[in-house]
Amino acid sequence: MPQNESTVLPEFLLRNQTQILKDWIAEQVRARGSSKGGVKEQDLERQSAEFLNAFQEASQRADAADDIEADSWTRVRDILTDLSTEQARQGATPVQIATFVFSLKQILFRFLQSELSKTPELFAKEIWQTTRIIDGLGLFTTQVAMKSREDVISRQQAEMLELSTPVVKLWEGVLALPLIGTLDSERTQVVMENLLEEIVRSGAGIAIIDITGVPTVDTLVAQHLLKTVAAARLMGAECIISGIRPQIASTIVHLGVNLGDVVTKATLADAFSIALRRNGLVVGKLAPVRKQAGE
Amino acid sequence: MDRIPILKLGDFLLVTVQVDMHDRLAMNLQDDLTEKIVDSHARGVLIDISALDIVDSFIGRMLGNIATMSRILDAETVVVGMRPAVAITLVELGLSLPGVRTALNVERGMDLLRANVAREMSPIIYRDDREDSGEPG
Repeated sequence: MPQNESTVLPEFLLRNQTQILKDWIAEQVRARGSSKGGVKEQDLERQSAEFLNAFQEASQRADAADDIEADSWTRVRDILTDLSTEQARQGATPVQIATFVFSLKQILFRFLQSELSKTPELFAKEIWQTTRIIDGLGLFTTQVAMKSREDVISRQQAEMLELSTPVVKLWEGVLALPLIGTLDSERTQVVMENLLEEIVRSGAGIAIIDITGVPTVDTLVAQHLLKTVAAARLMGAECIISGIRPQIASTIVHLGVNLGDVVTKATLADAFSIALRRNGLVVGKLAPVRKQAGE
Repeated sequence: MDRIPILKLGDFLLVTVQVDMHDRLAMNLQDDLTEKIVDSHARGVLIDISALDIVDSFIGRMLGNIATMSRILDAETVVVGMRPAVAITLVELGLSLPGVRTALNVERGMDLLRANVAREMSPIIYRDDREDSGEPG
């Protein structure tokens, strides 16, 4: 076989570039059909032209025609990365994103067929070669799209952790930590760090951990709470756990969780009252209220 | 050989750990401290570990031991100024130092020791009003 090493694809792409591009865009527009939310027409044309150009250049390098991880494919990969990231951010599905590359396959096959119909052996070889490249690129776009979504998710997760664990100062020397949502080990870590940092910064001697917003308390959550209390105690601050609902109290007892000698209170107000008292403060009325008639 | 200085402040002993505690240093501190407590009739020991940013289980256990020994010699131990990272590490190691009293800084620690001594010296029986802090009125 004379053309064992190099393929006719690069040369063939170069010759028919304009026509392929035109057909490809038409195909993409048709495939997209009525579904909205895709890229704009001008953008599509620009992106397609850019991609096809890079694709042609890359396939011309004989050293690694079908290895899309190779250096010669860097530009193609960059274009696809930008494109997929952008589309994923706009809410396109992985299928929509991958269709961009896969729709080229059909066009190329059609052109190859009309070109090489007289040499079936070469035709089969070219089909195989093209399939490998296009499939590789298609998978690559999917991977990039997934990656960009994962980035978004992990960023949101981090933001959520930050948002949901504020440490507030109730009074001089009294901190409150209103917990909302389930406590897993990662969150406990953040909560603990925030609380301890704040204890150091403010010099507070008492911290109230309010678990009104914690939906369930199982052994793990209780263990995490106790850890936080122990760490605060090591720093020289005392913790009061408040906001224990009746169901949670019974769950804790049924599970046999031992909260040890941690002070617990039903409401944040009760806990705050204790905290003030320990600091030698009391809350009282300013002046006697005038008595109502008849009293 | 390295030693951690032990300062006498009235009735109390002040130990400020300024360097990384290695095991040998901790052992020395333990020996020195017990001797010093006996010599000086100290009523309390204040260990400031605000400069300590690495602890391991050995050092954690050592702090607990020092507190227990001091108590046997009738001196209360207060560990002050523990850093958040150190506190978290000790808790994760399962060492919550149950017998050790803690305070946020040296000043608070001193207050704690003084209150302790005053309580013991006071002829009036001390009533811990922490427990009956019910609703006012």
